[in-house]
Amino acid sequence: MGSSIGAKPSSDFKPLDKILKSMPKAGKGELIPLLQAIQNAYGYLPKDILAEMSRRTGIEPSTIYGVATFYEQFYLEPHGRHTVKCCRGTACHVKGSSRIIRTLQQNLGVEPGGTTEDMEFTFETVACLGACALAPVMVVDGTYYGKMTYRKVDTVLNSYRQASKENA
Amino acid sequence: MSEITVTINERRLTGRPGQTILELAADNGIDIPNLCHDPRLTPTGACRLCLVEVEGQRAPVTACTFGIADGMVVRTETEEIRRLRKTVLELLFYEHRGVCTTCNEHGHCSLAKYAYEYQLDDGIFQAGRAGDRDENCMTGNEAIGYDVDKCIRCGRCIKICEEVQMDAALTFKGRAAAVEVSTFFDIPLNESTCELCGQCISTCPTGALYERKAEGKGQRKDLTRTRTTCPYCGVGCQIDLNVNTHTGEIVRVTSPVGVVPNNGNLCVKGKFAMDFVADTRRLTTPLIKRSGKFQQATWEEAIELIAGRLREIKANHGPDSIAGLSSAKCTNEDNYVFQKFIRAAVGTNNVDHCARLCHASTVAGLARAFGSGAMTNSIAEIRNAGCIFVIGSNTTEAHPVMALDIKQAVAKNRAQLLVADPREIDLARFAKLYVAQKPGTDVALINAMMNVIIAEDLHDKKFINRRTENFDALAEVVKDFTPEKAEAITTIPAEKIRQAARIYANAASASIVYSMGITQHTTGTDNVLSLANLAMLTGNIGAESTGVNPLRGQNNVQGACDLGALPNVYPGYQSVEDENIRAKFEEAWSAELPQNKGLTVIEMLHAVETGDIKALYIMGENPALSDPNLNRTRKALEAVDFLVVQDIFLSETAQYADVVLPATCFAEKNGTFTNTERRVQRVRRAVAPPGQAREDWRIISEIATQMGYPMAYDSAGEILDEIASVSPIYGGISFKRIDAVGLQWPCPDKNHPGTKFLHKDKFTRGKGKFHPVEFKDPAELTSGKYPFVLSTGRLLYQFHTGTMTRKCSAINQVSPAGFVEIHTEDAASLGIEDGQKVEVATKRGKVTTLAKVTDNIGKGWIFMPFHFQEGPANMLTIDELDPTAKIPEYKVCAAAVRKISSAD
Repeated sequence: MGSSIGAKPSSDFKPLDKILKSMPKAGKGELIPLLQAIQNAYGYLPKDILAEMSRRTGIEPSTIYGVATFYEQFYLEPHGRHTVKCCRGTACHVKGSSRIIRTLQQNLGVEPGGTTEDMEFTFETVACLGACALAPVMVVDGTYYGKMTYRKVDTVLNSYRQASKENA
Repeated sequence: MSEITVTINERRLTGRPGQTILELAADNGIDIPNLCHDPRLTPTGACRLCLVEVEGQRAPVTACTFGIADGMVVRTETEEIRRLRKTVLELLFYEHRGVCTTCNEHGHCSLAKYAYEYQLDDGIFQAGRAGDRDENCMTGNEAIGYDVDKCIRCGRCIKICEEVQMDAALTFKGRAAAVEVSTFFDIPLNESTCELCGQCISTCPTGALYERKAEGKGQRKDLTRTRTTCPYCGVGCQIDLNVNTHTGEIVRVTSPVGVVPNNGNLCVKGKFAMDFVADTRRLTTPLIKRSGKFQQATWEEAIELIAGRLREIKANHGPDSIAGLSSAKCTNEDNYVFQKFIRAAVGTNNVDHCARLCHASTVAGLARAFGSGAMTNSIAEIRNAGCIFVIGSNTTEAHPVMALDIKQAVAKNRAQLLVADPREIDLARFAKLYVAQKPGTDVALINAMMNVIIAEDLHDKKFINRRTENFDALAEVVKDFTPEKAEAITTIPAEKIRQAARIYANAASASIVYSMGITQHTTGTDNVLSLANLAMLTGNIGAESTGVNPLRGQNNVQGACDLGALPNVYPGYQSVEDENIRAKFEEAWSAELPQNKGLTVIEMLHAVETGDIKALYIMGENPALSDPNLNRTRKALEAVDFLVVQDIFLSETAQYADVVLPATCFAEKNGTFTNTERRVQRVRRAVAPPGQAREDWRIISEIATQMGYPMAYDSAGEILDEIASVSPIYGGISFKRIDAVGLQWPCPDKNHPGTKFLHKDKFTRGKGKFHPVEFKDPAELTSGKYPFVLSTGRLLYQFHTGTMTRKCSAINQVSPAGFVEIHTEDAASLGIEDGQKVEVATKRGKVTTLAKVTDNIGKGWIFMPFHFQEGPANMLTIDELDPTAKIPEYKVCAAAVRKISSAD
């Protein structure tokens, strides 16, 4: 059920070692794939890992930060194991996505953009997912939940919580 | 095709290949509005204001990025273009709050200028992100401030930081409307790679980036600008002191693009460290020490006392019992008058200054090899050198604006940079090859390089035959100096020495850049001679972008030497021991002059111990902190019968004085400084002196007159004219000729254009002379008790004894205290952690400082900056001298380091 990315303690350089080994001549031109790999390994882009990456690749720290803050896909703060995205495009809005967003807020106890204290979920809203035929749509990690209703929110979220418990 | 014809606004113009429309227009006085353009930077086309119409193009193009082509037809001011530009400006104002009334830049802001020109609707000015004033990476920084609401995201600050300063401290953070300029993870500026050069402010087209100190001190429109020469290092940057005429205060320092030699670039000291001028601790009246305490005195009292005491000492002990220290901080005119006073009024050649402590070995060594002891080539030539060999110069810290040229040469012109330094200095990251020689082993490295060059037949035989002498003797000495032998001495792998030799010898043009890492040794003259040998061996001298280039430390150390503040020469390096020359000066100065050369700086202080020197007159120097072996130096200052100190602050040295005289600083006087490339440049008065402070030359003239040797000048210009009349190398130099751009000596007559590089067809001494040099150990070697090699040096943020820089809050914020650099492994074995208190000791003394643990220094070697009076490095340094140049060995002595435990 979805990819599970846990936040690792950021001073662990081993995943970075592995990434840089697999991309031995990585420079400015490979910055985006490098950042993606680091985010995959660490769950977000930790400052000290990026500083170390800068030292080893010679890419200026400021350049790294500029790129990391430009793209929506990169996170500079620890991220939940699961990402919940709710669409608030026109079609979804008409079909009641604002109610779903409110329910998610209540269930998770965080505003859009926030991460739950137990690091289980990061909650985001999206301008349009481009899946209007399924409106209203909610996505958890890679899984789409079409024709959502606010009543189903608890069930969906609980299934992820349950899975985490079993894995632990 | 070398010429391109372009029609702009119906005018036929001729341009060069590679030019942009904007550049061609600017060359021909056609103003195309722009906000993101700076000639120092690669064009971006980000602001969209320079849109022009080009026939055949479907849409308007940005003039700053669009290259010219033959037959091109451009229109810059059509109705459509003006309408578009107005829209662009309106859009910019959606991101920029129009708060001109409270903005520093008011009166100089490009955005406001265009808003007026294009008559934007008033309503637009408050459209910006009003009130959005979150903290940013510059909040709390004492030097630079950033107001995001005034930023138009042109990106110039980011580009200048990356392309010119090459620090890449800044970036755009975020996207769309939220974009702002920031550092890596928004860390405070002083923790980033920023060097506080302030270039970002200099290029900002609005008031978004500003000098923190200038806030509320006067808007740009209310400031008068006076062009003068920076008072810090020897590069001689041209600066404009922006003075608020109502308060008489220097509000900010700027430098326009295009000035020689710095092209609008400045470093942190030139840009920000001018607080000292208006510091309340400036000396404002003469002080006389009575029963151990300084009391204010009138000028009449002070001058009478000094003249009386000097006359008395001269009568009782002879003129050679008096000695004077002139100053590399003072103007050429001050120095000329000072040495004339010592020679003609006092009657001794005991005059010297701190050049003795920095480049005496350069003057001695290069004079022997080439015939004149100065930088052979010009700063600008560095940019086109094929190879740049930097040895014993931490250029980015000690000559920051010169370092920009070295970095440009590598980045833009693919120069091959060789760096040899015991510490992995910042320039090493630009180097093709970096080698770390053990401190004090430079001769071994250079001899081995020459061994390789001769063995591999890379030397320039034609040059050697035609232009030099004594080559065989050199070849004989370096014959056995193999890289393997040098490896054992320097610790540099033999293969790297070979590589270095090949890179240097094979370059189309190679320029040697060195500084005190070469000169401050007991073998300083040998080191300089070795570099001269290396240059002559490969024919890298007497031509463009080659040469042996000593970077002089003080703003006017070149000038102080040129003007004869040395014990063996009159102004213009004319020997005091030459009868004909002496006769010339006796006639010019109407005085009988002494025949023997005088004492050097350290010799003077040592002569106090023996009772030979009874009186010292010190103008603008601080030996109580700058001289080696401070315990001994300070005892001498204490012991001397009569000590006069003339300065702008009550320095460490002034504390020992019997009389202290308040002098004007660079911003309060007229005159000239001569920079490291022999360029004589103007110093201009911009503010009034504090209290009763007077120009140095005026004070000296009055004392001389009181002593019975009348000296009277109306102005500094009059002194410069006298200098020109007695010193042939300055023969053609006058205030009038250097009003816009300085002239480089030798400039023998009024029509001479100055000399860009020396020794073109002929060396000053005729033929260049090889001086074979054997390797010698430093004076003090490490031992069981003192196992570390200690070197001292400079920091970017400080200057010399800190008398000026440490009065600046921006500097104190970033560089509050001294330290000792020690290798990670050495620190670990001594149980020392970064930032911990440690004691550094040598045979001569011990000091407490903080450990800076680093991998950038070799194992067994340590480094301390000498700027700090708390824990002064010169308590530790050795006062052994180079036998020829009498320069002390600041760069090598044996030291011990220990952790200070809480019990201490």
